[in-house]
Amino acid sequence: MLRTEGLSVSRGGQSVLDGLDVELRAGEVLGVLGPNGAGKSTLLAALCGELAVEAGRVELAGRPLADWPGPERARRLAVLPQSSSLSFAFRVEDVVGMGRLPHASGRRRDEEIVGLALEAADAAYLHGRSYLALSGGERQRVHLARVLAQLWPGGEGRVLLLDEPTSMLDPLHQHTTLQAVSDFATQGAAVLVILHDLNLAARYCDRLVLLHEGRAHASGAVDEVLRVEPLRAVFGLDVLVQRHPERGHPLIVAR
Amino acid sequence: MTVVVRPRPLFVALGLLLALAIWLSLALGPVSLPLGDTVRAGLRLLGMPLSGDGLARAELILGQIRVPRTLLGLAVGGVLALSGVAMQGLFRNPLADPGLVGVSSGAALGAAFAIVGASLFGGWPAWLAPYVLSLSAFGGGLGVTWLVYRVGRRDGQTSVATMLLAGIALTALAGAAIGLFTYLADDATLRTLTFWNLGSLNGASYPRLWPLLLVTAAVAVWLPRRATALNALLLGESEARHLGFDIERIKRELVFCTALGVGAAVAAAGMIGFIGLVVPHLVRLLVGPDHRVLLPASLLAGAALLLLADLLARLLLAPAELPIGIVTALIGAPFFLFLLVRGRA
Repeated sequence: MLRTEGLSVSRGGQSVLDGLDVELRAGEVLGVLGPNGAGKSTLLAALCGELAVEAGRVELAGRPLADWPGPERARRLAVLPQSSSLSFAFRVEDVVGMGRLPHASGRRRDEEIVGLALEAADAAYLHGRSYLALSGGERQRVHLARVLAQLWPGGEGRVLLLDEPTSMLDPLHQHTTLQAVSDFATQGAAVLVILHDLNLAARYCDRLVLLHEGRAHASGAVDEVLRVEPLRAVFGLDVLVQRHPERGHPLIVAR
Repeated sequence: MTVVVRPRPLFVALGLLLALAIWLSLALGPVSLPLGDTVRAGLRLLGMPLSGDGLARAELILGQIRVPRTLLGLAVGGVLALSGVAMQGLFRNPLADPGLVGVSSGAALGAAFAIVGASLFGGWPAWLAPYVLSLSAFGGGLGVTWLVYRVGRRDGQTSVATMLLAGIALTALAGAAIGLFTYLADDATLRTLTFWNLGSLNGASYPRLWPLLLVTAAVAVWLPRRATALNALLLGESEARHLGFDIERIKRELVFCTALGVGAAVAAAGMIGFIGLVVPHLVRLLVGPDHRVLLPASLLAGAALLLLADLLARLLLAPAELPIGIVTALIGAPFFLFLLVRGRA
């Protein structure tokens, strides 16, 4: 759906991404891991057209990303930033409703979608509240509902990019949020999610890319990437890789 | 803070307030006109063949003084409030002011040049003289805003933070240039300059009115078309871009509308502070930040409040007249402080 080929980006004269090939496939969650400064957010910025690409290409549905007209692209590609600077007293449903701005689906349909998206983000109980009265985690879930509403009802051809969507969430909501994202992918959307928690990545991602100094140090299935050697090489962290007793996916424990 | 008033009752209330302000503005003054006379004289102005005691005099007062003055107040108040909404949306800050991008100081510089230049260069050509103040103030406002915009622009993107800092720097620079003109001015010119800086709706005339009315109409039609884009902009610039909006174009339009609106308002009525800052803020407290409601409501509220401020300016020291900038600052500044203190509590 969304892919890069030999993507290189530099910021302030320093190379941040160096010849990166990444592909997001329909129906899959691609997890992006890596230490601070590895280029995760830069990759996300390049994938959504926020950053000028120096070398290489970024293609959405086989067409260069820059060639897509704004509204048409917005109906296919949604981005959840790490944090939001919104400081105006919108009601929760108005914030989520902004996800419907690229569409012309009518007010009644939009309201319905806003309700469904809030439910999917486990934020339906926030309906009617002022955005400014919410906690950081609640705000993060409202914005998740906003980007879900932007791509609603999902399905093939939609791309969702998430930058650390769990950074402010309590343990339960880390799981409900990533479960919602994973369900969204199951319905056909292509999802990229930047994560720091290796175990959350192991559980909810279908494939992983381990970024190190602007290159993909390892990429592929979860079992191939979450191994002792790549994790030590990239994070400098000594870990034990075990199996989840019930689910069988890797479980990472620091030594 | 959640929405206190639904849009419909607010528009009804603002409509009534505006009607009341218009009526008072037409009826009150050194010669007060009873409601009946005001209406009949107004109808006669519109071409109805009415006659009666003193109606000719009422028509004269209305047509020559009160109607242009009221129209000027409506346009200045409305366009300043709209520009305030645009700036607060652009800077994503509910306490931003149209003066931030340098329009006001640029216009003030243009006016100082026109006023002092007249005595320095021995007067302007007769055909130009009636318009030179307006044109110069308008040009100064646009020019400084354009400079601020240029400085804030790099690699095809406009940095709002840089524009803010450039606005501060150019405002200081314009202040220095105004200071120079003040230094060069003689006593009579100095007095004109000072009064112009305090703002007034006095001496409204149709030639000065038309450009402002046109600009106000254009801004009042254009900005509401960008209401949803302004809403999206409040989420953040990248977020708005991800929602499919051409943010660079929107920012350009907002800056241009503000420069045009404030430039025209300052050119016609001098410096009138706090309307652009306080009115949108107040309306937002009442109906929430949705620009589809905020823009038209601010237009009505700005027009009504400026007319009421002008009434105070006319009546407080009657038969003398207070500059309206003093009235708006006297009411607006404490109100602004109140908002700041309340916001922190």
